[in-house]
Amino acid sequence: MAKRQKRFEVLDAREVNKDGFVTEWPEVGLIAMGSPNDPRPSVKVENGVITEMDGRKRSEFDFNELFIANYAINKDVAEQMMALSSVEIARKIVDINCPRAEVVKVFSGLTPAKIAEVMDHLNPVEMMMGMQKMRARRTPSIQAHVTNVQDNPVLLAADAAEATLYGFDEIETTVAVFNYGPFNALALLVGGQTGRPGVLSQDALEEATELQLGLRGLTAYAETVSVYGTEKVFVDGDDTPWSKAFLASAYASRGLKMRFTSGTGSEVQMAYAEGKSMLYLEIKCIMLTKGAGVQGLQNGSISCIGVPGGVPGGIRAVIAENLVTTCLDLEVASGNDQTFSHSPFRRTARLMGQFLPGTDFIFSGYSATPNSDNVFAGSNFDTDDYDDYLLLQRDLKVDGGLRPVREDAVIAIRNKASKAIQAVFEELGLPRITDEEVEAATYAHDSTDMPARDKVQDTKAAQDMLKRGITGTDVVKALAKRGYTDVAQAVLNIQKQRVSGDYLHTSAILDKDFNVLAAVNDLNDYQGPGTGYRLQGARWAEIANIRNAMRPEDI
Amino acid sequence: MTQITEAMVRDVVKEILAQVVASGAVAAPASASAPAADVKEMTLREVGEAKKGTSTKEVVIALAPAFGDKLKKRTITGIPHAAVLRELMAGIEEEGMTARVIRVSHTSDVAFAGKRGAELSGSGIAIGIQSRGTTVIHQRDLFPLQNIELFPQAPVLTLETYRNIGRNAARYGKGDSPAPVSQINDQMARPKYQAIAAVFHIRETEFVNPDKKPMDLEVRFS
Repeated sequence: MAKRQKRFEVLDAREVNKDGFVTEWPEVGLIAMGSPNDPRPSVKVENGVITEMDGRKRSEFDFNELFIANYAINKDVAEQMMALSSVEIARKIVDINCPRAEVVKVFSGLTPAKIAEVMDHLNPVEMMMGMQKMRARRTPSIQAHVTNVQDNPVLLAADAAEATLYGFDEIETTVAVFNYGPFNALALLVGGQTGRPGVLSQDALEEATELQLGLRGLTAYAETVSVYGTEKVFVDGDDTPWSKAFLASAYASRGLKMRFTSGTGSEVQMAYAEGKSMLYLEIKCIMLTKGAGVQGLQNGSISCIGVPGGVPGGIRAVIAENLVTTCLDLEVASGNDQTFSHSPFRRTARLMGQFLPGTDFIFSGYSATPNSDNVFAGSNFDTDDYDDYLLLQRDLKVDGGLRPVREDAVIAIRNKASKAIQAVFEELGLPRITDEEVEAATYAHDSTDMPARDKVQDTKAAQDMLKRGITGTDVVKALAKRGYTDVAQAVLNIQKQRVSGDYLHTSAILDKDFNVLAAVNDLNDYQGPGTGYRLQGARWAEIANIRNAMRPEDI
Repeated sequence: MTQITEAMVRDVVKEILAQVVASGAVAAPASASAPAADVKEMTLREVGEAKKGTSTKEVVIALAPAFGDKLKKRTITGIPHAAVLRELMAGIEEEGMTARVIRVSHTSDVAFAGKRGAELSGSGIAIGIQSRGTTVIHQRDLFPLQNIELFPQAPVLTLETYRNIGRNAARYGKGDSPAPVSQINDQMARPKYQAIAAVFHIRETEFVNPDKKPMDLEVRFS
């Protein structure tokens, strides 16, 4: 076209057209749901052993299918539940008169292909109805990412403190440079407990190092233990379902909370989807998690969101994978944690599938730093979106897990966390944090506001910290010695969780007094209007009270 | 007085150039002096199975199965593979180390390609690179999914970044601890490129041959 139509020129310049879209390619699995290559559901149980599943004989199972058949399906009810029609099961999910426990029982006997077929009967609103009932913990919650591209420990501590003041119950970091790992864990531990005692922190790293930091009490949980829906992708990751289950039990044996991670699109992104749909393969991941005995899963496509986001019906599949996780009675940390679109409309619409019904963690990583500092490659929402998010909660009277905060309170808590990490560094013989850095971190927007640190010295000291065997108790001692008694007590209380193990229950979080809130004592009992979690009273007043609303007496 | 004709000038220039080339003053095709931006094409020739290197001055560059001579021979942002490889090699040579280029066929995974290269590298350091441009600096003592430096966002990598990656790999090879190569962190690369990158990777993976051993490559830029 030599001559452009002017409206198309305007459309081409819109944010949404900076996103990348591709056509479906079912032969390689570039399809969200319902690939022509997805198997038809079937099951055969003989003498308590599954001998056929989804059209395959046991002798033809790959290792994922063997693991699922052995550990993830209740053989006593499998044939009975598989005999129900898919549409009937889909209706049970939506029907407010069908209690959560019944759906859980049905799902315990379903195969991956059957679950995929059930999901295909649901539209997004029906899936959200399902999520409202099926999530394990009655009270919804939210997790934050706390990172920066310089791995600046002072800024990490200040950002962790601010994040927890906003109300995040879990905070997650990772590194720009691998050898910074121990410092980042330390900064979140100290900053997080400064901001809100009882917050859980983690450091997403290569798995062996991540486990080691947990064992040392520098983190309180782990999440980045990935599972995949095809054998080939698992092998490329140097793993099997059994090795992942072993790793999971290593965490459990030391009293550390953990969940697995998976998501639609990872197999096709790694080029080994075997022509199956993204959702069908993700259902296998969810069942592997269940079979490994892990309490929960982070999914919702996660770092592959651009893949389902680029094909037709992809975001519906993402809502479906979160829902399946809850129907299998697992904690769900439901994504929204990666840059998804240039378009604010698409970003917000993508969020609604989790925000409106509420999930165990609506975001498994709201960026508590500006996205420019998000080392997970950016989140769907970041610090610059805080006021938008707070208004979404207020407009719709929905508990998204955050609360409005005052600027002076943020300054105070950032300053306290920066000084606390300064003291801890000094006590542990780590490279000096200057008063200038404390001041900069207190008032910073992002890492460009921070003075540069000597990274070679920092990374050497971080590795040396591991060699010296520094643990959480050393951090407690350092804080106590320098007069940060409250923070020291909070870090100590986190260490105690490792002994009591109460926070290993499904969907566990800790309140500020270190009481566990989990699916055991806060089980979701939603069965329609007047039941389940209701946003009211003091919590609603808190959400309604945004900092920028004008009161009558202001006029 | 001899009349200087245009033909004589041409002859003299030709002769001087021939001498310069013979004396090695002009770079051989695969070395570091030509500006990489001008390099758009190259030929890659397998010269035998890649064995473990013995020179501690050597840094391996491990190419994923389709890099350089298959598909469109360009990264996800359209940078010619020849120019990318040229910059990596130039960076290594600038630090006084030698670049050895190998083809990895058994995997299209950048971490495993890099790790295999590092195992074969005399210095124990290798760069792994995929057709879409994703790059890693690996070291032989690390686990496959560990790395020294990872450059996961191919869309933000420029020729300058690739030269710096080469330079840093060489420094690690010498036992130095350089500051990591600074990376642009483009948060919006995912929505723009991820689905396309998936298709890119699927196409590269079609060239994987699980039974084929890594091969040494002779590289000629044109």
